[in-house]
Amino acid sequence: MKVYLDNGGTTRVDDDIAKEMKVVMTKKYGNPSSVNSMGEESRDIVDDARKVVADSIGALAEEVIFTSGGTESNNLAITSLIGKKHIITSSIEHPSVKEMCKQLASEGYKISFVQPEKNGVIDPKKIEKEINDDTSLVTIMHVNNEIGTIQPIEEIGKICKERKINFHVDAVQSFTKVPIDISNVTSMSFSSHKIHGPKGVGALYFKKGKKVKRMLFGGHQERDLRAGTENVPGIHGFSLAVKKEQPVEEIKKLRDMLIDGILKEIPDTFLNGDKERICNNANITFKFIEGEGLLMHLDMKGISVSTGSACSSRSLEPSHVLLALGLKHEDAHGSIRFTLSKYTTEEEIIYTIKQVKSIVKKLREISPLGK
Amino acid sequence: MYTNEVIKRFKKPKFMGEMRNPDGIGKVGNPTCGDLMHIFIRVEDEVIKDVKFQTFGCVAAIASSDALCELAKGKTLKEAKKIKDKHIVEKLGDLPPIKHHCSILGADALKEAIKDYEKKR
Ligand SMILES: Cc1ncc(COP(=O)(O)O)c(C=O)c1O
Ligand code: FES
Repeated sequence: MKVYLDNGGTTRVDDDIAKEMKVVMTKKYGNPSSVNSMGEESRDIVDDARKVVADSIGALAEEVIFTSGGTESNNLAITSLIGKKHIITSSIEHPSVKEMCKQLASEGYKISFVQPEKNGVIDPKKIEKEINDDTSLVTIMHVNNEIGTIQPIEEIGKICKERKINFHVDAVQSFTKVPIDISNVTSMSFSSHKIHGPKGVGALYFKKGKKVKRMLFGGHQERDLRAGTENVPGIHGFSLAVKKEQPVEEIKKLRDMLIDGILKEIPDTFLNGDKERICNNANITFKFIEGEGLLMHLDMKGISVSTGSACSSRSLEPSHVLLALGLKHEDAHGSIRFTLSKYTTEEEIIYTIKQVKSIVKKLREISPLGK
Repeated sequence: MYTNEVIKRFKKPKFMGEMRNPDGIGKVGNPTCGDLMHIFIRVEDEVIKDVKFQTFGCVAAIASSDALCELAKGKTLKEAKKIKDKHIVEKLGDLPPIKHHCSILGADALKEAIKDYEKKR
């Protein structure tokens, strides 16, 4: 049986979206910047898509910039919103924010990395405490990609608004699954491939009146804010994905079944991060074993997952998110992230629980710990 | 990423498990990633008659432990002391560069086990 539980990594593109994208690629392939009718047709596709994305978050069409994905959106927002030399972020951000901040630190910016509470949720008061006269930007993710916890972005947004500080939100994981309120937000990032759209496309919401500092120079695309011929099929596919309903309650039911099944049937396991989290995420530590081995065994049974283990990271460092929760090295070692989607079935969850159980037992026999 | 030999040994390690009353135990930790390996040996007439391992570590660490045990079994202590990480890597076909440290762990654990035996004797 093939069970794909790495939807936090990326998702399957919907069949009808792939089909419609093919039509754009093979029939409506004009350049949106061209004056001919083929170009106009493509321009309309991009305009329509922009309206779809804007409507989905209650923004104006002109506040949406199409990008190559979440990484570029985060980079572009942060680049645009820094002025004074202090930035506040959290210690559990995605690398596209974390590494950007580290780069800025090397250029002389001061960065405050706020630690989450033990449950993986950031206390807005801790952010407020870090604010000083030099603070130009607060950048916090909406939903964490590893543990699925939801950050109180409304409250943080209010604080930023009061103090007149820019607030950027990485909403790549939450988009279409968790309600989004942009009223106190300066900018927000989205990515298509996490929501059953194609890879390599995303968007940035950027509040009207704020100035984008462009990173790509060239043609006049995206109102001169981002040069380069538009990824028309990608943008079209992305907008179709935005329009689709996410069966949040069904996904959540299966996810709870997975968590309950594992925690109940396998001893010495615990959930990482608060129980209150995005509908499709379960991040579980299996004590006394290492995640890469568990991942590999599951893979051989057709089940795709990911791990926060040091052994499977290129840096040989355990997940910075799990360490920020206060996990011990060896407990981060045995962590597995299961992320479901609307395609996940009950049968797959039952199969997964069964396989996890027997593999964990086997690996624990090999392990010197926990005896 | 891994050779078939690594996967084979990882899936079905022949030497895994604890040994009761071993003649020597080697316990080492991996400073790189924080992993743990235990090697147990039974010695008769200066020959390693039996060897087992327990490992808290990645696919490469488990496969390395198993390969090491196979290399060590039947060897005299003198011969066994010469087993190095490169012999383990050879036995496994290969290891990705980032995983070489896992085979070093294996070689070190065996040395510690032999040391433990010699100390107890
Ligand atoms: C929270 C978060 N931010 C940003 C990204 C980057 O998005 P993309 O892969 O579209 O560049 C991801 C996905 O990897 C993510 O999970
Ligand atoms: S034991 Fe950690 S990388 Fe091999």
